[in-house]
Amino acid sequence: MTKQPDHISKKQFMEELQRYKKGSVTRRHFLNVTGLGAATAVIGAAVPGLMPRPAFAAGDIGDRVVLATWPNYHDPDNFDAFTEATGAHVQMNVFGSNEEMLAKLQAGATGWDVYVPTNYTFEDYVKEDLIEPLDVSRLPNYDASAFDPRYAEAGSVNGKLYGVPKNWGSTGMAINTKHNGGKGISSWKEFFDITMDKFSGRTVVHDYQLTTIGSALNYYGYSFNSVDEKELADAEKLLIEVKPHLFAITSDYQPPMRNGDAWLTICWSGDGKQLNTDIPEIAYALGTDGGEIWSDYWAIPKSSERKDAAYAFINFMLDPNVNAKEVLAHGYPTADSRTYDMLPEELKNDPIMFPAQELLSPLEFGAAVTLTDPNRAELMARFKSA
Amino acid sequence: MTQRTRNFLLLAPAGTWFLLMLIVPLSVVFIFSFGERGSAGGYVPAFTFEQYANLPARWAAFRNTMTLAPIGTLAALLIAYPLAYFLAVKVSDKWKMMLLVLVIVPFWTSILIRSYAWIFLLGGRGIPALLEWIGIESVRLINTPFAVLVGIVYGYLPLMVFPIYVSLDRLDKRLLEASSDLGAKPWRTFLQITLPLSIPGVATGCMLVFILLMGEYLIPMLLGGGKVFFVGNALVDLFLQSRNWAFGSAVAVTLVVVMLITVTIYMRFISRVSGTREDVALI
Repeated sequence: MTKQPDHISKKQFMEELQRYKKGSVTRRHFLNVTGLGAATAVIGAAVPGLMPRPAFAAGDIGDRVVLATWPNYHDPDNFDAFTEATGAHVQMNVFGSNEEMLAKLQAGATGWDVYVPTNYTFEDYVKEDLIEPLDVSRLPNYDASAFDPRYAEAGSVNGKLYGVPKNWGSTGMAINTKHNGGKGISSWKEFFDITMDKFSGRTVVHDYQLTTIGSALNYYGYSFNSVDEKELADAEKLLIEVKPHLFAITSDYQPPMRNGDAWLTICWSGDGKQLNTDIPEIAYALGTDGGEIWSDYWAIPKSSERKDAAYAFINFMLDPNVNAKEVLAHGYPTADSRTYDMLPEELKNDPIMFPAQELLSPLEFGAAVTLTDPNRAELMARFKSA
Repeated sequence: MTQRTRNFLLLAPAGTWFLLMLIVPLSVVFIFSFGERGSAGGYVPAFTFEQYANLPARWAAFRNTMTLAPIGTLAALLIAYPLAYFLAVKVSDKWKMMLLVLVIVPFWTSILIRSYAWIFLLGGRGIPALLEWIGIESVRLINTPFAVLVGIVYGYLPLMVFPIYVSLDRLDKRLLEASSDLGAKPWRTFLQITLPLSIPGVATGCMLVFILLMGEYLIPMLLGGGKVFFVGNALVDLFLQSRNWAFGSAVAVTLVVVMLITVTIYMRFISRVSGTREDVALI
């Protein structure tokens, strides 16, 4: 047996994390050398409920749980652990936008048991009667007091709890500084101006009305959430003008950013973190003129036919141990202080994951009205088909 | 059992299938196209022509489809014909089977995976990098109409090859010998004998590919980067993003009508062309 190192420096930790992310070392090696594996084992032993058991403690919850989620948003090892603990395997459906999820639920019969809606969608899910109120007694790992209220409040509508916080993050921009004389950019004004100038053909915007229209609104200094007709008309004019200069309209922007085809993109903070870790010249920045701050939640659609499995799964994922592994896998912070405390210092001080307060203040949470506003939806569709 | 009942029973499975899978859904789409979008999306019953009046907002999608579908069909034909000719006429029986299988092999892998491969090939580190190496710089292929064209021709080529192959394979070789005995040059034999007799295969292949291209969605999305927009993409957006079922239905009905008209004109044209030898010989 090799001797385990007693401690690991911050620098070594980050190097190991990068090696692990690039796939040059295995997860086991990573957990071993960083000591996270030992920490997991110790905590697991201290909380007997978390230890693997031969008979499934949760009882028979069925053979599967169907999860609707976003891309690159989980640690598959956690799913395996869940299957081992409960006998239910996790079937994952990946989506590109909240609008797409809502569309599927409105059409009926999705077969989903758990999904991960974003803060601004809850009002409509409740209004449309598509979401199940949560019974906290079935989620022993949920400790409301551990969650930052700023990222937890949108999960409740009219005093009823519908979602418990998963992760939060920001929507900013990622730029390959190599092509801009080593300089970054820091506003949506610069973002669109440089796209129509020397970055022509190199910029990606999301295939997502909230962030793409929101950024174009920020360009003019309007609110990210505006549904004002005149302001939307301005945003449309800008987007149509920018379109010939775009590399692509897609929410899957990591591949072209990585291979050098795209130099600039609207970017979620976790993707920004992943890109910056692997390619240091790609910088992530928040717009000084606005942008989005968001929080995703674990929730259960009303139509779920395996609610036992749904509760068991959410409860499992809320376990700070499991949650910390999730954060290491995708780079999005969590609002759960118990999980936060378990993160390596290096990540707690990471400027992409936890930006300074003054950088966050221009950002807005998405507003419910944008989800269903017909003008925003049609504007996005017109922009794409133009 | 009378002849009548037997006929009825024999037709029942197909009839039920058509009714449930074609007539009913199409009727629903038709009815929805006169409705309105619900306040949170979806469909609200109404009787309005508003959705049809809004069709010009998707003009670009129709224009892209109606340009790239015929060009793609033509390109596939130009590539498939020599290949099918080679397979049917030139290759010995021993190799024929194996080569035919090779044409089908790509179908064993999902079109999604194969299109992702093209994303790499056409992206900055693929063909453009090779071109740069030999001195042709800053060529951009991915996310252009050209990339979409390459993708659709690649994806649907076998559907063009096979009907043409079948019609050429059935060709009576004695006709070719007769033509050459009578002093015709090979080129003339091809134009006057081979080509006219393979018109049914060409017509079938073109129609198969064209109809599928009209409804194409995946390839423009992957290789067009969301910038080259087909009607199929507009439909997906309307149902899965903006949740405007009424307008989506109107666009769908319009696409069906456009397709019916195009295909009818095409069939007329084909039957006229292959109707009499005289006409065919002239082209």
